[in-house]
Amino acid sequence: MSGLVVKELNVSHGAVEAIRGLSFTVAPGSLTAIIGANGAGKTTLLRALSGLKKAQSGSAFWNELSLLGAKPEGLVRAGVVHVADGKSVIPEFTVEENLDLGGLWRSDKKDVVLAKTEILQLFPALATRLKQHAATLSGGERQMVAIGRALMSRPKLLLLDEPSLGLAPKVIASIFDSLNELRKEFGLTIVLVEQNAVSALRVADNGVVINLGELVTAGPASQILSDPALRAAYLGV
Amino acid sequence: MIRLLSTLLIGVSSGAIYSLMALALVLVWRSTRVVNFAQAGQAILSTYIGYEVLTHVNNFWIALLVATIAGACVGALVDVLLIRRLARVSGASANVRPVIATLGLLGLISSGVGLIWGNDLKRIATPVGTHGYTFGHTTIPFSPFNLLIVATAALVMAIFALIFQRTNLGLALRASAFAPETARLAGVRVDRTRTIGWAFAGAAGAVAGLMITPQSALAPNSMDLLLVLGFVAAVIGGLDSLIGAGIGGLILGIGLALILEYVSTSLAFPAAFIVLIIVLLIRPQGLLGKLRGRDA
Amino acid sequence: MHKAIVILRKRPTIFILAGLFFYLLSDHVDELRNFQGATAAVYLVAIASIVLLTGYSGQISLGHGAIMAVGGYAAVLSQKYWHFNLLLTFVAAVLAAAIFGAILGFAAARLSGPYLAGTTLALAVGLPSLADQFHFLGGEQGLAYNVPQPPMSLGADFTQYHWFFWITGSAALLMIWLTQNILGSRYGRQWRAMRSNPTAAALAGIHVGCSKVLAFTLSSGIAGLAGALMVLTLNLVTPSAFPLSLSFTIVTGAVLAGVGNLRGSIIGAVVLVAIPELSDSLATKLGGAERVSANLPGLITAVLLILTVLFFPEGPLRKRVKKTT
Repeated sequence: MSGLVVKELNVSHGAVEAIRGLSFTVAPGSLTAIIGANGAGKTTLLRALSGLKKAQSGSAFWNELSLLGAKPEGLVRAGVVHVADGKSVIPEFTVEENLDLGGLWRSDKKDVVLAKTEILQLFPALATRLKQHAATLSGGERQMVAIGRALMSRPKLLLLDEPSLGLAPKVIASIFDSLNELRKEFGLTIVLVEQNAVSALRVADNGVVINLGELVTAGPASQILSDPALRAAYLGV
Repeated sequence: MIRLLSTLLIGVSSGAIYSLMALALVLVWRSTRVVNFAQAGQAILSTYIGYEVLTHVNNFWIALLVATIAGACVGALVDVLLIRRLARVSGASANVRPVIATLGLLGLISSGVGLIWGNDLKRIATPVGTHGYTFGHTTIPFSPFNLLIVATAALVMAIFALIFQRTNLGLALRASAFAPETARLAGVRVDRTRTIGWAFAGAAGAVAGLMITPQSALAPNSMDLLLVLGFVAAVIGGLDSLIGAGIGGLILGIGLALILEYVSTSLAFPAAFIVLIIVLLIRPQGLLGKLRGRDA
Repeated sequence: MHKAIVILRKRPTIFILAGLFFYLLSDHVDELRNFQGATAAVYLVAIASIVLLTGYSGQISLGHGAIMAVGGYAAVLSQKYWHFNLLLTFVAAVLAAAIFGAILGFAAARLSGPYLAGTTLALAVGLPSLADQFHFLGGEQGLAYNVPQPPMSLGADFTQYHWFFWITGSAALLMIWLTQNILGSRYGRQWRAMRSNPTAAALAGIHVGCSKVLAFTLSSGIAGLAGALMVLTLNLVTPSAFPLSLSFTIVTGAVLAGVGNLRGSIIGAVVLVAIPELSDSLATKLGGAERVSANLPGLITAVLLILTVLFFPEGPLRKRVKKTT
């Protein structure tokens, strides 16, 4: 098991280079936070890894599986799930329909039912709102639905794009705690892209700092948190 | 009183056909956000295939079955060969292009059908009686065949409504239409799902075509009018709604029948236009449609 | 995105030159060609109306055949009941169609893509059949349209069709020159802005609703002239001159021309006239069976349309649009 290995990744939007020569590794079973300012290229990175955006050059492997150039639907079947921000919950559908969407592709229907039960235990707030339309949910609840839907696929690698966006601090803390629980219970590898750098680094094992599409540093999260230069430049603290 | 009742019954029967066509259009709209003008072409092709079958095997039901399957296949082919390609190119005219393409496809199929079968009128015999039901001394203009039409339309609509709302396939179809990127990230094979949507629509159109032909005639362009009326019905009901297709068809059918009977026989088309304009002025998204913003 | 089309914005020189060229040409060709030339002029104006409406302001209309009918009937009626001379009938056609377009435009401004398409489609089917109803509109047989004979000064063997071509050609060139000026004006730029990003346009102060109605009005006026010109070439106005297929044909011509490109309208018009001609000769070569000759023009048109849409989305005069991710 080699985890997620990204080498010399280059991604452009037309003429603009969004990611330049990016290389980093994510150990299997770990929680890695990718942080950086707005426009640093974090979302583009995830979109390239999940097949939504074409990379110009470089490589990205998840345990011998090449991520670049694959279709998102295919990657989901290989256990790689990208949770785009909370907007990815379909407002016209009910909570239950949104969750079910994640399990549609699976052939093991019994396990799908089991997974749904586990998710509702993890996020009790959803259990009472199953038939509610997602448009009526709060931001935090929507994020739970998005993560829940991802979990219906029994992923091995979870790519989360700014789950804390627009959420109150208490809610953020609870979501991050759930993520940690998930990781331990299901043996997930989690890549957490965040602007809320401090909260993310506090819960992560490792951190990767990106600025303007390039790697600044990578290492244990605690190290990054305690480095005063990094704190000043990228963590806003 | 009898006159009003008869008129209403005629309206219901023709409305049922419009509903079927509207249903086909709504199915494609809900799964691909494209208005498929070629629906008439697909329906015509399927109907001609049904006609071919009828000339060899004199059984309406077998012809209907074959035509429906043919309709599904043609629908799927259109999506795979044409629509998928169009979805990949972008640019200023990205929304207009599929519409134009389906218009072109309509012309292609109509001409093709004329080339293969000729432009002369063909007839298809009805499977059940066309003499109106009699109650004592009065005969109403509603025959077993009319009943068959209404029953078929209701059945088809019920089946599709069930599929869309209650099944996993329906969930996938709806997700692929409303939020294709999200559906992809959830592992749904969006392209394949859309093709299934097109196949369903093709099947519905085939049924509509084969149901409307016995009481008129079959020619390469005999479905054009049905397309327009089906589209009007779909728009009245709101393009997003399968039930709306049914209601829209009924309203249009009854409205037209009333105007034809009580006002004038040749005001049919302008009447359809007026009904449409009135509905859209009050509710630009149709009666049951959802307002999702200008571009939806 | 697009580079702005800068064609001779207010200079009529090229039109005058083109006009002279065609007139000289028309002296040396037969009646049929003159008739075809007149028909091409009709299509040219009709296509231009679609370029303005769809190519520039982004609204789709599948019912411009009906708007042409409004223009055509206005021309004939104004001649019959008010004894307008030829030029005034054209003016009447443009005005009547424009007013109709303004009303339609108000309704259209609230409708988005497919709903607008459906409404215009219903219009295309519904409007011409109104003429069957009312006696003063001539019913099914229609009404005759009198075109004065060519003036003596042009010589004794200056034929009717030749004259038609001169009239329609001049009218068409004039209208195209006017359209070009409109498209190059700030309204044209507003429409373009509105089409590519309505929200941004509104934020920039463009009144989107008004702009759309204006586009519909002008487009209809232009189509009205096309209708009058068509009636001129036929000497007659009937409902059957404006079937549903006419609306489709015009849109096809516009797409073949590159719907955002006025320059291409000439190509579109010529192609529309050439297709029946070419397919006739092709059909004869293939044996001349009735089912072939009846269906071949439609087949060729449809294939061209599909190929254009697939491979030349911006029209044959532009480079292919690159695929984006």
